[in-house]
Order: sequence, then structure tokens, then C-alpha cells
Amino acid sequence: MGVTFYIAAAIAVLSTIMVLTRFNIMHALLWLVVSLLSVAVIFYLYGAPFMASLEIIVYAGAIMVLIIFFVMMLNLGPEMYRQEKQWLKPSLWLFPAVFCVILLGELVYLIAQNRTPATGIKVVEAKAVGLSLYGPYLLAVELSAMLLMAGIVGAYHLGRQKKKTVHRFLESNVS
Amino acid sequence: MSAGHHWLVIGGVLFVLLNTAAGLIWLERRMLALWQDRYGPNRAGPFGILVVLADTLKLFFKEDWIPPFADKVVFVFAPAVVVASVLLSFTVIPFAPNVLVADFNVGLLFFLAMSSMGVYSIVLGGWASNNKYALLGAMRGASQMISYEVFMGLSVMGVVILSGSFNLREIVEAQKSGWYILPQIVGFFIFLIAGIAETHRLPFDIPEAESELVAGFHSEYSGMKFGMFFIGEYMGITLISAMVVTLYFGGWLGPAFLPPVIWFVLKTFAFIMLFILLRASMPRPRYDQLMEYGWKILFPLSLVNLLITAAIKLML
Repeated sequence: MGVTFYIAAAIAVLSTIMVLTRFNIMHALLWLVVSLLSVAVIFYLYGAPFMASLEIIVYAGAIMVLIIFFVMMLNLGPEMYRQEKQWLKPSLWLFPAVFCVILLGELVYLIAQNRTPATGIKVVEAKAVGLSLYGPYLLAVELSAMLLMAGIVGAYHLGRQKKKTVHRFLESNVS
Repeated sequence: MSAGHHWLVIGGVLFVLLNTAAGLIWLERRMLALWQDRYGPNRAGPFGILVVLADTLKLFFKEDWIPPFADKVVFVFAPAVVVASVLLSFTVIPFAPNVLVADFNVGLLFFLAMSSMGVYSIVLGGWASNNKYALLGAMRGASQMISYEVFMGLSVMGVVILSGSFNLREIVEAQKSGWYILPQIVGFFIFLIAGIAETHRLPFDIPEAESELVAGFHSEYSGMKFGMFFIGEYMGITLISAMVVTLYFGGWLGPAFLPPVIWFVLKTFAFIMLFILLRASMPRPRYDQLMEYGWKILFPLSLVNLLITAAIKLML
């Protein structure tokens, strides 16, 4: 348990750092996929196999593919990487990075203070997840369903095309 | 299960799979020829089976070219993704009562997760090639596979409701009283169609549509990198056939005069033949027709199937 967790955690942290430092957005997105996969492994190790599968299916498999799909259509050339390189100057990231390191130090200190050994991991089966989703958290499920519905209707409205009845050569060019 | 037996299973599954994928090249060409009233490859070896060897040697000796305008790392990485994701999916498939690589509690979800990872090989291959035909193929592939994944996930949920488990071994054992093809006939057809679209086989080979897009997402690939896409496709066919057998046709179950593994292989090959027959007989739909067919027919149908299955299960 211990070693596998630390390997997965190290990959998660490293790949997230790579996400932040890549100039090529496509490479950054690929590192983000690696990061999501390693988080899925951590979920699995700590007794949430259902969540681990959903993490891969939904985040790594669907949302990231959609984002890559859009980036692919933008046709970002080499000048984009040069621009990114200009934006990511040390003077910009140095101070946030220092503050983050301080916060990380505090976090490590706090974890070291009251360490509760991770024993007795309870495996949460898919059934338990479903029961709690459609039991105490029913309202959240309903709300997110409404949000998704609004998104779908909006996308349909934006993507709708009017049916052309006149041939394009016969249309008047005055607009 | 002892450790030695486990390693034997892993090695055996890998060996049989890779050879099946290679053998399918020959099988497909012979069967296509049969159905189209030609001879097909019949020169090298008995029944022309050594054509596989000749094809592989040819692929190895081709120049392994990476275009100078391509994104090199991603270009090399993309063909590996499809093979890796399909091979990983096979870990959860129960071939026989004791022949199983990993007895996962979320086996079915693992299969869905790996099939959604397989999309990356098309998308990345098409994008890294930096070629407009490859890019068009990649865009078609991404939208096709994401859409059909939705129905695939929904159609197998009927099986999950009936068996009460995501574990594929338990799903097979639950079919001892009757295969799920009867109660889940709608789910079976949706799963099969979605599976064909997931492996982007004809008639749904829209990402590579050679009459429109040169060779689609793998236009720039040559040598063994192209071979990886090729082998990945054949392993994908085997995977979908094996999944159909496991979920709807009782997996290894069958009359006792043949061992369970043989039953599994026979049923799987029946579906592989169906895949090849589809290629021999069906025209390719247009891209927008494919999307419309998916979202306007298959998607509502899979929801209705899920609803009715759940309602009947509740009433019983």
C-alpha cells in the first residue's frame, strides 16, 4: 500500500508540475491526463474503485478528449509557443511559487502533527455510492441534472442551423 | 489460484491474443474474398496463411519515417496507446472459470475506462501528424468515439441491473439460468453497434475513410507504427467480440462436451466473423448520418431499455 501510494502521488505531483511548465498546450494537456490517471490510482488504493473508474471514464476519457478536440481545431503554431514562453517569465511565477512552497511546508507540518495512520481502509462499493447519491444527496444530483439540461439546451440553440430553402446562388447578397 | 498458474494465464492470454490479432489479417482477407467471390491470398503456405509472415516482414523493412513537420514525441507515442489500452482491457475478461488475469470488482467499468482511453491514439495520431487529412480524421474519430461511448455505457447497464454486479466473472455466472441475449436483446444490438463504432471498423470507419481522407488519422504513419494501429484494430475487434460473448452470450458457459475455453473461443470467433461480414457487405454512412443515427435513435433507445429493465427488475 505505502510504496504504491507514494509512486502514484509522486507521478501526480510531477505531471502536474509538467502541466504548468509546458509551453506547448497539447503537451500540457497530455501531462494533465497522466495526472488524472495517477489520481485514479490513488482513489483505487484507498478503497474507492468506483470513483477511480469514473475518474478515468469521465475526466481522463471524456472531458480531456473534448478539450483536446477544441485545442486541435485552434491550429496553434510555433508562434503561440513563443508567446507562451514570453508570458512565463521568472518574475511572474517566482513569488507565487515561493508562497506555494511556504504553504506546502505548513501542510507537511500539519500532517506530521496529528498523523492518523491510514489503517482499516473501507472499500466503498458502487452500490454504496449509488445509495448515498440517490439518498441524502438527491438534491445535488437533481441540481446538476438541471445544470446539464440547461447546457444541452443552450448548445442546441447555438448550434441550430436554419434550413435553407433557396439555393445559395439565388440568395440576394445584400445583408 | 497459485502464482505459477497466474503467470501461465497472463503469458497464455498475451500469446494467444497477439497471434489471434495477426491471424485475423489472413482470416479477414480470406473471408472477404470468399464473400466477394474471389480467391484472396492463397500462395504462401497452406491456404495462404504465411501471408501474415510476409506482411509483418514487409512492415518491418519499410522505412520508419517521422515527418519533419510532425510533433515527434506525440507521433511516436500515439500508436502505443491503442495497443496498450486494448491489451489492458483483456485483463478483466473471464475466458474460463479459472482462466482470468484479474478478478476486478469493477471489471466492466475498467473495460469502459480503457475503451475511452483508446480515443487518445486516434486524436493524438491525427494531431501530431500535422496534416489536414489526418486532423480531419482525428476530429471525426474523437466525436464518433465519444458519442458512441455514451450508448455503450448505457446499454451494458441493463446487464448490470440484471446481474447486480460490475464483476465480469459474476456476470457470466449469473447467466447460468439463461443468457442475457433474451432479456437484453435491445441492449445487445446497441452494444454491438457502439462496439463497431468504438473500433472504427467498417461500416463506421469514418476516421480513416480512404475514399475521402487518404487514410485518415494514420495518413503519415509507415512501417511498424502503422502496424501498431493495424494490430490495435484487430485486437479491438477481438475485444468487442469477447465482451459481447461475456455480457450477452454466457461467456464460457455451454454444454459439457467441450471445455469452457473452447466454448468461449468459438463464440468469440462467431462474432469476429460477423465483423468481417459487415465489412464485406455494408456501405459507409456519411459522417452527419452517423452522428444523427447515434444521438437520435440509439441514445433514446438505450435509455428506454435501461428504464424498462429497471422497472421489470423492481417489479419482480
